[in-house]
Amino acid sequence: MIVCCGSGGVGKTTTAAVLALEGARQGRRAVVVTIDPAKRLADALGLETLSDTPTRIEGDWPGELWALMLDTKSTFDALVLKYAPSAGQADGILRNRFYRNISSALSGTQEYMAMEKLYELHEEGGFELVVVDTPPTRNALDFIDAPRRLTHFLDNRLFRWMMMPTRAYLKAAGVATRTLLRVISRGVGSDVVQDAVAFFQAFEGMEDGFRQRAERVLHLLSDPATAFLLVTTPRADALEESRFFAAKLEEAGIPVEALVVNRMHPRFAPAGADQLRSRAADQADTDLAGLYENLADFTLLAEVEEAHVTELSARVHPAPLVRVPFLPSDVHDLEGLSELGKYLFDGDGEPAPVGTA
Amino acid sequence: MDPARFCSQSRLVIVAGKGGVGKTTVSAALAMMAAQAGLDTLIVEVEGKTGLGTAFGQGELSYDEVQLADRVRARTITPDQALLEYLDEHGMRRLSKRLTNSGVLDVVATAAPGIKDILVLGKVKQLERAGDADLIVLDAPAAGHAVTFLTSARGLLDAVRVGPVRAQAEDVQELLTDAARTQVLLVTLPEETPVNEAAETAARLRERVGVHLGPIVVNGLYPPVSGLEAAADLVGRAGVPADDAQPLLDAAAFRRSRHDLQQEQLARLAESLDLPQLRLPYLFSPELGPAQIETLAAALADAVTNVEMAS
Repeated sequence: MIVCCGSGGVGKTTTAAVLALEGARQGRRAVVVTIDPAKRLADALGLETLSDTPTRIEGDWPGELWALMLDTKSTFDALVLKYAPSAGQADGILRNRFYRNISSALSGTQEYMAMEKLYELHEEGGFELVVVDTPPTRNALDFIDAPRRLTHFLDNRLFRWMMMPTRAYLKAAGVATRTLLRVISRGVGSDVVQDAVAFFQAFEGMEDGFRQRAERVLHLLSDPATAFLLVTTPRADALEESRFFAAKLEEAGIPVEALVVNRMHPRFAPAGADQLRSRAADQADTDLAGLYENLADFTLLAEVEEAHVTELSARVHPAPLVRVPFLPSDVHDLEGLSELGKYLFDGDGEPAPVGTA
Repeated sequence: MDPARFCSQSRLVIVAGKGGVGKTTVSAALAMMAAQAGLDTLIVEVEGKTGLGTAFGQGELSYDEVQLADRVRARTITPDQALLEYLDEHGMRRLSKRLTNSGVLDVVATAAPGIKDILVLGKVKQLERAGDADLIVLDAPAAGHAVTFLTSARGLLDAVRVGPVRAQAEDVQELLTDAARTQVLLVTLPEETPVNEAAETAARLRERVGVHLGPIVVNGLYPPVSGLEAAADLVGRAGVPADDAQPLLDAAAFRRSRHDLQQEQLARLAESLDLPQLRLPYLFSPELGPAQIETLAAALADAVTNVEMAS
């Protein structure tokens, strides 16, 4: 299992697709779970719509390549169907308005369902390589917190009180809680609260199943067979978030297996930016000044990027560092993915010979 | 259009775009331009850690306003902060801790999606009504969250039929759809995916929110370099040290090819989106500080002055 994490817009989806393709090249049965692919890449992977099951991509490789675009809601529906003790109870939940809001409105749900899908494909799909993209979240490790957050949410004590018959409820709930409920009802209307109560009632008795499932998912994430790949770009904001990710993963005791830095600027000259800048000044009255300034600008950029990347790489020591250059166009077909793969792997499918931290 | 007039078209400007396109930088440049045109400006951040405060040497922003520059103030408004203040103002301070700590807000936010966004936009509306600043620049959450954020009022009007939340949603919807009070500035980069997403976001905002879209800001354009086209001639002719020749040519070729790609994307953007473009230069500077924001504010003022606008 490979989990690609990083902030939005750094090329996570593309990197995930490259890894799955390489898996298929090496003769494995590989699947990539994407979250929000750019349209042309989705088309290239044969992903027209959100789906709950992977589709196979035919191609000239010894293994198999499968892909799916995560459908948060239907993944959640499948879980409800699995853990509801009766079809009637499942139906009651699936039709509840509050439930229908969960997959789009409760933060962390998409993250959890991505992990749930990873678990399901690993357990039941017969895949030898599962690569999962993660949602472009600002809340770094939402996908690790997500299972716990969701079960905590389903366990909400306040709403358990609300579900009790009136007299018992009044006894159990303190004055403060009663006031709180009144305020909520007054604020958003009692029908909104009724939807929520109906949901928690319908969900009664299923929390344990959900909690156990969440624990197994979490367990899989910390399994040595699961690798976390940190994907970033050398832009200041992306790097800042990557440092945060790296720290969070370390806290959770999860090692980063590799660091992929996309969109690195090339370095054109061994001379330093300052040196080149002063040569530009020497040429101030000629047209060469512009060309020297240009070279100095890109050299400065390359120097700064390299310094930042080296520092980040040291934080995830001893994970290998892969630098992918700024490419002339976005990757949106299998050919482009193969091309990109050359930066990540050498001809034998081994990681490309690049500097390690 | 004159920058002062541009900044006075609406009291609220919402800056929106995909993550990584430079929304926060553009918000800062816009505020700086407005301040220089004589307007008291307030920047509102809705996400923590945007780096705006640090760019001005102030540390991260908080709910309390700070002065970033002459006539430029900044603060954050997050749902939790807005809720606490609301409860406080309505004499329910003791409840506020329970609401935010117990996860009840999560439950309520799921029951009525968009309620967190309404808490934030409701507070912005309050500031706008109070005339707290001549211009409020709202640095919106990253798209597609921007669409969700701005459609929250409409969504809540469907879900919540009574009470103060509904009243709040009605006020916010009124604010957003009044072109004399609010306009949205989309920000994008001259690259394939950001261009596609900008066009999609624009279409959705028009259709689902009915908000007035101002010009689109295209960030990160390579400024022209003299001698770039004639690089081969120049390097061959003059007494360029042998070691420098190839790097100069390579860097020039790289710049030309990136420039051409950017021009293609600008053309694609013009084709797919009928909004005037305000183009900002790519800054090679490794850090973002007051000097860089000044540069961008000046570039933005130039772009605004030269752009043709319908209104």
